[in-house]
Amino acid sequence: MARWAIAIHGGAGVDPNLPEHRQEEAKRVLARCLQVGVDLLRAGAQALDVVEAVVRELETDPFFNSGRGSALTRAGTVEMEASIMDGRGRRCGAVSGVSTVKSPVSLARRVMDKSPHSYLAFDGAEEFAREQGLETVDNSYFITEDNVGMLKLAKEAGTILFDYRIPLTGADTCSALAGAADSSNPHKAGMVMNGLPISVYAPETVGCAVVDSSGACAAATSTGGLMNKMTGRIGDSPLIGSGTYACGACAVSCTGEGEAIIRCTLARDVAAVMEYKGLPLQQAVDYCVKERLDEGFAGLIAVSSAGEVAYGFNCTGMFRGCATEDGFMEVGIWE
Amino acid sequence: MARWAIAIHGGAGVDPNLPEHRQEEAKRVLARCLQVGVDLLRAGAQALDVVEAVVRELETDPFFNSGRGSALTRAGTVEMEASIMDGRGRRCGAVSGVSTVKNPVSLARRVMDKSPHSYLAFDGAEKFAREQGLETVDNSYFITEDNVGMLKLAKEAGTILFDYRIPLTGADTCSALAGAADSSNHHKAGMVMNGLPISVYAPETVGCAVVDSSGACAAATSTGGLMNKMTGRIGDSPLIGSGTYACGACAVSCTGEGEAIIRCTLARDVAAVMEYKGLPLQQAVDYCVKERLDEGFAGLIAVSSDGEVAYGFNCTGMFRGCATEDGFMEVGIWE
Repeated sequence: MARWAIAIHGGAGVDPNLPEHRQEEAKRVLARCLQVGVDLLRAGAQALDVVEAVVRELETDPFFNSGRGSALTRAGTVEMEASIMDGRGRRCGAVSGVSTVKSPVSLARRVMDKSPHSYLAFDGAEEFAREQGLETVDNSYFITEDNVGMLKLAKEAGTILFDYRIPLTGADTCSALAGAADSSNPHKAGMVMNGLPISVYAPETVGCAVVDSSGACAAATSTGGLMNKMTGRIGDSPLIGSGTYACGACAVSCTGEGEAIIRCTLARDVAAVMEYKGLPLQQAVDYCVKERLDEGFAGLIAVSSAGEVAYGFNCTGMFRGCATEDGFMEVGIWE
Repeated sequence: MARWAIAIHGGAGVDPNLPEHRQEEAKRVLARCLQVGVDLLRAGAQALDVVEAVVRELETDPFFNSGRGSALTRAGTVEMEASIMDGRGRRCGAVSGVSTVKNPVSLARRVMDKSPHSYLAFDGAEKFAREQGLETVDNSYFITEDNVGMLKLAKEAGTILFDYRIPLTGADTCSALAGAADSSNHHKAGMVMNGLPISVYAPETVGCAVVDSSGACAAATSTGGLMNKMTGRIGDSPLIGSGTYACGACAVSCTGEGEAIIRCTLARDVAAVMEYKGLPLQQAVDYCVKERLDEGFAGLIAVSSDGEVAYGFNCTGMFRGCATEDGFMEVGIWE
């Protein structure tokens, strides 16, 4: 019998100056969501059910950028997307432009299980959700005060933000924060992610990768996308092979600069390197992060059918956690 | 100086009983669009410009399922999607849910060149098109009488069709055609693609892959999607790594069962097999078509930075053509 393992993330690319209390809050949320998965795995649940349940938990918590707490479009609304993949048969489901469905990852699963297609978006996805009886809420449910404030600053700065959640005490505009970063942290002056100084950058996307006790792998990813994004913008999270991938050998969920993850087909490449170059999991992860990303910033979590867990990221930090059957469990943010 | 090469396709999975005059028409359209690309390459054009120009030509012609002549959604409307990728830097652009933009591939390119994102869909894509001043028309422009008839039959048969264009003389319903196929073509009775007997199946999607005289590769894919598809359904054609891929080594465009191409990340895998297993182009194509597709039907065209061209498909036929700098040129349908 195989050994189970689970990895989760709450986004890559973390402001090195994130206040201590926010770091603690993040770790509490990660630990709680991880425990949901661990409890299910100990009870013999299947990988696909576990990733869905854990990502639902992450979506419901407003801390990370998915479901409630999602980043806002330039119009001030929420458009969410998610994907899920079952390593058994490489079945997959994805949704984009979701605006009223409480758990986008569950809608993605429903697309996989109950529709003749793999990917539904916008009105079509919303219509399908209603046909399927999934729980829907008003778009305002997903919008938090924090993010309304962030959007305002992002517009002032005239840039697309990943999604930053740093309490803005003492700063009225992005430029003020950026200026502060430059003067107080000269060595960080060059650090920019998605066009914004990292001092005002905060993570995005949540995900989960699991191998269950039968050796089956599954992964899921969910997000609200980029702060101040254009309406209709689709990122890497719902794209099979980019943000999410699972096969017989492993399962992967990515986070970071969406455009970079897409051009690198990052999730697929981890598995491809294992399959075609014969590298084991951690080496495959390291290879992809170091060699394939070029100038893009991103991170990922992965598990193998052999019960291993691996992380990789080339930016400052990734909210993450993992647990394995032998009792090991950790959450972390930094290198 | 590298040798240029170009490959195009008009869809994989062709009814073996396609009337002769339709086959001839297909080959004329393929030859004409191929010539557009050849003329540009002889004049020293860049790969990215060539794939866009050739796919525009294929979209404009109503014969294949893209742009004008697109398959219809279950609501009787047209929702088009396309993607384009530049092997230099692996830059990419994609659109879905396009309903009034005359040339979806050009909108995809504009997303890549002029927006901060890689992929725009539905209202957001349409809005961007207008901001960019791209040519727009009424949705009815894309709808052909043939396809209105096909949709009717598809609804009667209660199945999703790729897009079938077989003149329906003597058959009022899909079931009649399917019945005819079963009785007259026993050896074909088992051939089903996307849930429909192949006798009523006809291809979908158009694409182009090019390597120019500098050795740069590019690919583009465009489609109206599945006949009778759900509103909001996204297939493989706009997904980087699935329907389209280009890098330093090669460029690929795929066609066939969308769900199968997505789970196999078919376009990326051809390149990955070259990069990670060190196989040359044709062997990589053969490997992916034979080993990666499992039970799915699909086809693809590819070029390498060395000026080679390759095809692969595991279904009955693929509308295609290719030309290389040494003067070789062909169009074809069958094995």
